[in-house]
Amino acid sequence: MSAPSTPAGTAAPLMARVLRHGGYEALAMLRNGEQLVLAIVLPLLALTALVITPLLDAYGPSRIDVAAPGVLALCTMSTAFTGQGIATGFDRRYGVLRFLSTTPLGRSGLILGKAVAVAAVLAVQLVVIGGAAVLMGWSPRAEGLLPAALLLLIGSAAFTALGLLVAGTLRPEATLAVTNLVWILLAAAGGVVIPAASLPAAAEPFVAVLPSAALGDGLRSALADGVLDPIACLVLLAWAVLAGLAAIRWFKWS
Amino acid sequence: MPTPPPALEIDGLIKDFGPVGALDGRMVRVLEGVSLTASHGAVTVLLGANGAGKTTTLECAQGLQRADGGVVRLLGEDPYRASPHLRARVGVMLQDGGLPPSVRPLALLRHVASMYSSPLPVDALAERLGLDEFGSVSIRRLSGGQKQRLALACALVGRPDVVFLDEPSAGLDPQSRTIVFELIRELRADGLAVILTTHLLDDAQRLADYVYILEGGRTVAEGTVAALTADKDADGMRELRFETVPGLTLPPDLLPHLHQREDEPGQYVLRGALTASDVAHLARWWDACGVMPTAITMAPRSLEDVFLDISGRSIR
Repeated sequence: MSAPSTPAGTAAPLMARVLRHGGYEALAMLRNGEQLVLAIVLPLLALTALVITPLLDAYGPSRIDVAAPGVLALCTMSTAFTGQGIATGFDRRYGVLRFLSTTPLGRSGLILGKAVAVAAVLAVQLVVIGGAAVLMGWSPRAEGLLPAALLLLIGSAAFTALGLLVAGTLRPEATLAVTNLVWILLAAAGGVVIPAASLPAAAEPFVAVLPSAALGDGLRSALADGVLDPIACLVLLAWAVLAGLAAIRWFKWS
Repeated sequence: MPTPPPALEIDGLIKDFGPVGALDGRMVRVLEGVSLTASHGAVTVLLGANGAGKTTTLECAQGLQRADGGVVRLLGEDPYRASPHLRARVGVMLQDGGLPPSVRPLALLRHVASMYSSPLPVDALAERLGLDEFGSVSIRRLSGGQKQRLALACALVGRPDVVFLDEPSAGLDPQSRTIVFELIRELRADGLAVILTTHLLDDAQRLADYVYILEGGRTVAEGTVAALTADKDADGMRELRFETVPGLTLPPDLLPHLHQREDEPGQYVLRGALTASDVAHLARWWDACGVMPTAITMAPRSLEDVFLDISGRSIR
């Protein structure tokens, strides 16, 4: 195929490899119908439901101001944990992870590319869901935007690491079941869209240390009250570090 | 002129798997001392039955598995800690393909190509391997042979110096097989080191410059096809094939010193040191049954005989 004079294979630069793989995975996520339902349709439904029902009336003067941050936390969970976990689980089954790790992308490039893909899909969600919320009358506090961005960053790192941990240790069918079930449980009672304070007093301390509650309550503090919740930040950081270490220790490539 | 260093050098490779639950958590040693060398401009074939350790050997050479003992040098480096620059010089075709089922073939090939700074032109490669015929359906709809050709294209698109092909002819129809074999010979002519595994002795005989036979996690024989099949008895015939009507059963005690196999109903292969008296025995049996064979061929010692001799030894 190649004349003897042609240069031997050379790798594209690291940044190019990671960004190209991130873009490739992000497009794959957005083209997948089920993932699109999880990433866009369900959060939009949740947002609408929270605005037209009196569920959140106890937590703030305006329903949309309490609902929107929680739904953005839900988006982070659906993309970084459930969507990314399921995709990785099946790629592992089909040997895609092994094959790509033999290309110049390598194992580390694969993981970095996945992080880029999660960030890219999350950005699309922020525009679509955030835009819809603004149309419904949401007015996030300007001084809370930076703290919110920080929480979203740490939160997506924590949920990506948790998704990789599940995908790298269980069969893909089990990953599918576990990540969906956990998403539903956390969405319903994990302090994501309904503040942890609303739960029975006995359950509250347990829920408060979940990454879902830390992200949901943290985003609500930032975007509704304009303050950075340091406890939420630390809880998310701890989850990111612990899940990251566990994934490094137990993730199986094949 | 100094000889260039080999593309791949493996010495005393040991690999353990486990702990295995079914064995009370013990480790299983799957490779117990594989040694081999693969050179540029040559096709090196790892031949062995299923479970002999071919794929594990390749995975250690590709850096997908870490060796538990021995030395593995791929282009002079440790493949498990390969830099992106080393990986760019090595093309890999995995046994199970490693292809994502929901992606279209040409989209995947373009994506893999984007990991290299000067890949082969994707369209030309796709045309050469006939991928353009099915480039726009998703990979899950492809036949086994089509997937194999796509996996081969993905291994070659980065212009590698070394290519690993794990069972490249598995699932190939005769036409695809011709395309793939031609391409492998071209890669060799271009100076690449081609390292492939197969359990098909015909493939090894047709392609190999140098063969390593693996058995129970060790290299048990090596050499060129000519050297391995050389017979002490220079003009000795070692294989007799004949075709006759289906439904006729060759009595096992007719020629007990020969290894017998029925490939298709009525198509027999006899292996071993053949003598004129064996042929006479057979002819008398045909006569007694009242049948006339429709084809008879004889051949000297082949790789299959070599393999049979070795397997026979290790069974004992």
